[in-house]
Parts: sequence; structure tokens; C-alpha cells
Amino acid sequence: MLAVDVEKQLGALKLSVRFQAERGATALFGPSGAGKTSVVNMIAGLLVPDRGAITLDDVVLFEAAKAIDVPPHRRRIGYVFQEGRLFPHLSVRQNLDYGRRMSRQPRDAGEFDRIAALLDIGPLLDRRPGKLSGGERQRVAVGRALLMRPLLLLLDEPLASLDAGHKREILPYLVRLRDDAGIPIVYVSHTPAEVRRIATTVVRLDDGRVVAAGGIELLKDAETDSLA
Amino acid sequence: MFDLSPADWTAVELSLRIAIVATACALPFGLAIGWLLARKQFWGKTLLNGLVFLPLVLPPVVTGYLLLIWFGRRGPIGEFLYNTFGIVLSFRWTGAALSCGVMGFPLMVRPIRLALEAIDKKLEDAAATLGANQFLVFLTITLPLALPGVIAGALLCFARALGEFGATITFVSNIPGETQTISAAIYTLTQVPGGDAAAGRLVMVAIALALAALIASEWVARRATIRFHGD
Repeated sequence: MLAVDVEKQLGALKLSVRFQAERGATALFGPSGAGKTSVVNMIAGLLVPDRGAITLDDVVLFEAAKAIDVPPHRRRIGYVFQEGRLFPHLSVRQNLDYGRRMSRQPRDAGEFDRIAALLDIGPLLDRRPGKLSGGERQRVAVGRALLMRPLLLLLDEPLASLDAGHKREILPYLVRLRDDAGIPIVYVSHTPAEVRRIATTVVRLDDGRVVAAGGIELLKDAETDSLA
Repeated sequence: MFDLSPADWTAVELSLRIAIVATACALPFGLAIGWLLARKQFWGKTLLNGLVFLPLVLPPVVTGYLLLIWFGRRGPIGEFLYNTFGIVLSFRWTGAALSCGVMGFPLMVRPIRLALEAIDKKLEDAAATLGANQFLVFLTITLPLALPGVIAGALLCFARALGEFGATITFVSNIPGETQTISAAIYTLTQVPGGDAAAGRLVMVAIALALAALIASEWVARRATIRFHGD
């Protein structure tokens, strides 16, 4: 279980967020500028909160009062960024292998093949990220995060940079991931249709605060905008 | 084309050795200072930047004279180096490598700094979330992505070191077989009657080496760009 209780002043925005995420997929949902990405950056260790604590399965990742701040490379939290952030100088295969190599885990061909099959990236392995379409890039980014065997997976608007076709292409993979991988997911989005497909729990953010938390019934029927 | 005498060859070999050692020794410092200037905010950054670029704008004779005062046998650093490690720099080819390295340093740091500044820091963050500590991030992400700039900087430093004259002759003099580089040998030959032919041969060598370094730098940079950025 992930427990987040953090505060941070970000320019004019005062971020003060408290929520818990259980198994399944928790959506951080809210308008642009609500502080969603800042919250996942804090969970990943890329942004330091001013106050508060973050714990994952009873391990304290951050606690301001005790000056605990586990650096990102020791948190074992997979992070899929909005823009993929694949390493341009490495092939798809080397990108996928990066997490395993950096943490010096032994090669596990079965695991590699299983995730490559789950995300349909087998045919792309020897290409460079520059030669991939947006949808392919995001699938590789998801695979790269999964192959480091994370304790938690952060997905920050993984579909935002894709057109409608690519969104439809990648959504089923994310749903499959939620059901098959058994890793808790925190999913950031401002698109209700996306959240409805993927989330099991919704945490609604606005202006740096949690305004509601609960099941997907939180997404009002009025917000039935399309995926496009 | 190059009908060189043994003494000429000695000067050529010495110039290459000095330039290679100067570049190799300057590179770790160039990377460290390029990284500091590109990535860190600290007190005295403007001063450090100024110090690095000083040899580019100072008269080379001044740089050589300062090296002589500090790194000579009785200079504060030179005396320490001699007493502690038995290293002598003044009037030795190693001293020539030092002065060439100092003179080439600004040319090395600038492309490295620019290459590091151009790297998307978000890629380094992504590497950190994948389990890479700061050192591994630098080694596997930052350095490969900055490689074209690093190579360009190293080759510029090498070319500068190959031709260095003023600071070197001031610091380590002009001793055949020890500190007499191509430039110093040409200078000596122009001072003696009938030295024109020999000077002309060394001039050809100097032009050929400079051209080769330029072409190599173009080629290596292009190769590195293709290798690391697709095309």
C-alpha cells in the first residue's frame, strides 16, 4: 500500500495532498495545473516535499521530520513519463534492459519475453527510439518500467502525447497490465474516459488539494467526453 | 614530400607526444569543470569560468611566465611536486605538456560544457528511476549523449597543444630533444642563415598535422552523432 501525505509550495500553487493507494490502479485525476505530476514526482523521489511523509508497503521513502529521503535509484518505483523519455542512444532492447543492468539483476529471458509479448514490442527490439511511432514509444516505456520489477508503477499521462488512434491502441495494454502484472499503479490523467477504463480508485485533485477520493462513480456523468 | 632529418623527426615525435599527453591529462579536468559549469550553481562560478578562459585571452608569454613562477623547481607548486613525487616540470617535456594542456584547456571546456547543457535532464531523471545512481547516470546517459562535444573539445585541445609556442618556450625553453617542438624548431631555423629549407619542411608537416586533426574531428563527430542519435 502507498501512503502519501505531503506539502510543497510550488510557485503560486500550495500543494497539500494526502491519499492512500491500494492494489489495482489509482487515478490521480484533475485539471491541468492541479499538481498531479508534482505528486508523482515526489513519489518517485524526483521532487522533494517541504513537509510530510511517503511510505510504500511499510517502507518509509520520505519523511521530512526524520530527514529520510530515499534517492530515486533506490526506490524501485517504475515511472512511465508523459513523453516516454526513451534513451535515444540505446536500442529498444537496451532501453528495456537498462533497469535490470543498473540494479545488477541476472538476465531473465522468460520475464523479458513475457513483457515483450504483453506489450507487442518483439518486432521493435533492434530499432532506435527515433524510429518508433508515438504509440510504440510509450509501449516500450511501459515495458522498460515493468522490467525493472517495480514495487509500484507510476504512469503520468502516458497517452497525452498520442493522437486518438494511438490512444485506442495502447489503452488495452494498460488495462491488461493492471489485471495481469499485479503491481499497484498510480495513473495520472485529466481525461475522464481514460480514467474510467483503467482506474479502480479515483483521487480527485484540484488546485493542489484532494477534493474527493473513492470509486470511479466519482467521475460525474456530465464528464463523458470522448477519448479524442 | 617530407624529407625530414633525424632532428626534424625528433621535433615531430616530441610535438605529438606532448600534445597527446596534454590532451589526455586535461580531459578528466575538462569533463569535471565542464560539468560543474553546465550543471551546478555555486559561489564563484563566474570567477571559475573566467579563470578557465584566461589562457585564451592572456598573452601566452604571461601564461608561460606564471607557470615558470609556480611550477618551476623553486616555485610553490613545483617545489612541492619535486619534494613529494620527485616530479620536475621546468625544462622538461612534461612541463611542455603542462603548458600545452593549460593553453588548450579553454578550447576543450567550451564544447564539453555546451554539449552537457544541451542534454535533456529529464533523461537523467528517467535513468535514476530505473535504478542508476549518479555515477552510472553520468557514465551511461550523460557521457554518451555528450560524446560528440567531448570529442570536439579534445581534438581542439590537441590541435592547440600541437601548435603551442609562446607559453611553452617561456616555461620550458627550447631544448632540442627535450622541449623543442615543431613550432620551436621552426622558430630556431628561421633565426639561422640557410635554415629556410628545413623550416619549410617542418611547415609542411605542421600544415599536414593540423589538417589531419581537423578532418579527424569532423569525421569522429559525425560518426558519434550517427551512432548516438540515429541519424
